[in-house]
Amino acid sequence: MLEIRNLHAKVEDNEILRGIDLVVRPGEIHAIMGPNGSGKSTLAGVLAGRDAYAVTDGTVSFEGKDLLEMAPEERAREGVFLAFQYPVEIPGVNNSYFLKSALNSIRRHRGMEELDAVDFLALIKDRMKLVDMDQSFLNRPVNEGFSGGEKKRNEIFHMAVLEPKLAILDETDSGLDIDALRIVADGVNKLRRKDNATIVVTHYQRLLNYIVPDFVHVLVDGRIVKSGGKELAITLEEQGYDWVREGTDRVAVG
Amino acid sequence: MSTETREVEELANREYKWGFVTDVESESIPKGLNEDVIRLISAKKKEPEWLLEWRLKAFRHWQTLVEPRWPNVTYAKIDYQDIVYYSAPRQKKQLQSLDEVDPEILRTYEKLGIPLREQEWLAGVAVDAVFDSVSVATTFKEKLRELGIIFCSFSEAVQEHPELVRKYLGSVVPANDNFFAALNSAVFSDGSFCYIPKGVRCPMELSTYFRINAIDTGQFERTLIVAEEGAYVSYLEGCTAPQRDTNQLHAAVVEIVAMDNARVKYSTVQNWYPGDKDGKGGIYNFVTKRGKCAGVNSRISWTQVETGSAITWKYPSVLLIGDNSVGEFYSVALANHRQQADTGTKMIHIGKNTRSTIVSKGISAGFGQNSYRGLVEIKKGAENARNFSQCDSLLLGDKCGAHTFPYIEVKNTTSKVEHEASTSKIGEDQIFYCKQRGLSAEDAVNMIVNGFCKEVFRELPMEFAVEAQKLLGVSLEGSVG
Repeated sequence: MLEIRNLHAKVEDNEILRGIDLVVRPGEIHAIMGPNGSGKSTLAGVLAGRDAYAVTDGTVSFEGKDLLEMAPEERAREGVFLAFQYPVEIPGVNNSYFLKSALNSIRRHRGMEELDAVDFLALIKDRMKLVDMDQSFLNRPVNEGFSGGEKKRNEIFHMAVLEPKLAILDETDSGLDIDALRIVADGVNKLRRKDNATIVVTHYQRLLNYIVPDFVHVLVDGRIVKSGGKELAITLEEQGYDWVREGTDRVAVG
Repeated sequence: MSTETREVEELANREYKWGFVTDVESESIPKGLNEDVIRLISAKKKEPEWLLEWRLKAFRHWQTLVEPRWPNVTYAKIDYQDIVYYSAPRQKKQLQSLDEVDPEILRTYEKLGIPLREQEWLAGVAVDAVFDSVSVATTFKEKLRELGIIFCSFSEAVQEHPELVRKYLGSVVPANDNFFAALNSAVFSDGSFCYIPKGVRCPMELSTYFRINAIDTGQFERTLIVAEEGAYVSYLEGCTAPQRDTNQLHAAVVEIVAMDNARVKYSTVQNWYPGDKDGKGGIYNFVTKRGKCAGVNSRISWTQVETGSAITWKYPSVLLIGDNSVGEFYSVALANHRQQADTGTKMIHIGKNTRSTIVSKGISAGFGQNSYRGLVEIKKGAENARNFSQCDSLLLGDKCGAHTFPYIEVKNTTSKVEHEASTSKIGEDQIFYCKQRGLSAEDAVNMIVNGFCKEVFRELPMEFAVEAQKLLGVSLEGSVG
């Protein structure tokens, strides 16, 4: 589904990603862990097409297509979803109207018929249950006045409605209390299918108690320095990131 | 420049769609302004002597005035002798029905999407269309007449209801009120007149559509709305003009009178030609609009969506005289490319327990400059007066400007005045977020801007609100950052 080869990217003049290789197949959950500043969010941003990052080398193919060639909205319509670390507020734009426009632009892109108000309402009512969302969320402006936890839940709600093929959760656990964490993780697990995949970007192992990954990758200084199964996350939690750092050829960051 | 910025700028660079010229034979008088021209206009309209005198008095006063320079706008000096003050589609006789209107003009209105024909009764809007200086047709007149409502062109009102016109003309905006109002009073050629008798609720939206067609023509229309005790009317005004290289002057006056318990809602979607990207051409929109809440519990609401014009100078105001009367001003003003808007309101609290609400949303894009200018004045006798003002500015791009000039004068200690203001920029983060959900940059900007204007749009009648949203989208093609 996703194939990243030797990916290099920089922000302004700082090289953040220094040769990432990663293959994600349908049905898999991958966790990307790493210390602060290791490039986790950059990787998420590059995959979603954020403008601030310049890809200097490498390739990313998504379902056989060159992902890097696509505009951010095209990637979204092809099925790439990013759950933002800091979801953005859009004052005055109602959450369900926003989602309906988004869903229909994705459907148009795929040659599917647009959903009318009635069908859409039925769909979102069903999806709301996944993240234990209140009806009032629908009519509130997108993320405006939402608490940190509500914003994260809203991201998963968007994901539930848009049904991406590849979801990238960027530090979705940050700022969540244990109950909210459970709700968010529960939603992600229910959305898991054989034909979709998830990349969970996180600093802590905590989230992985609820979303159990098939693979864990440790990102340090812009490179994946270690990959393994879910037990790797536990080792990391116990021993800290220095443990993986020791074994690697570290490149000094300026 | 980032992709998002560029996209928004492209979006703001879309072209004006209403810029066509209609080929109708018109009758114009030579350029220039003097007493003979005023006499000629008055004679062409077969006006009574008192009205001619009123015009002449206004003209003589106008000559003593200087053009206001305090608005935050700049433009080349206007040569008032280089303007045609009267232009009318040539017609052979008095029109008896819509079928006699020049088909070219009807086609123009069709292009503009105005339901001029009676079969569009279902649209529920009665339209008075003013083409250049003359009112062309008023629909649904008969239906309204049954209720005692008078809705006709101003010229017709002068002929048919001189006593009403004489009583109310200049009663809210006196002929000597300001430079442009005085000019209008001297040379106004037509406009709309609306009278709602006591206790009548007007069952449909009344609408006037203005269009400047002829070249080098000024449009000076005058609208007068009178709502008697307990009456209600919702009035809509729309405007467009062809695309021309030269600037055209539009100096209108609107007067509203609301008696005891009367309510008037006045909505404008102003889409005069804004000039091209570099600021060539476009309409100078210098308008005086004022309502008088003369009676107790009366209410006047102004809602405006100003997307057009090269320069806008406009402050729809309310004089709150009757006790418990209410004044409202909801505004969206857009300045894109080289457009300049200096607009706002005046709420003058005179009676007791009077209330006013001001919600202003200014959007600046390209090199546009948008100023909110508002006065809230609480007079000595205005016990317990209340005002709430909210002025928000949205910037799209980094070459435009937003300015706020609030004036507050309070002379009564029991009153309460609140003012809130904010300035924000459409963030690249917001656009990226929308795009990540599959929306195009265009849809993203439209959505964000419409969200910003929501509080104003919801005050508009349904159909107008949809129109306004679309208009905003078109007017914005190309401007954030």
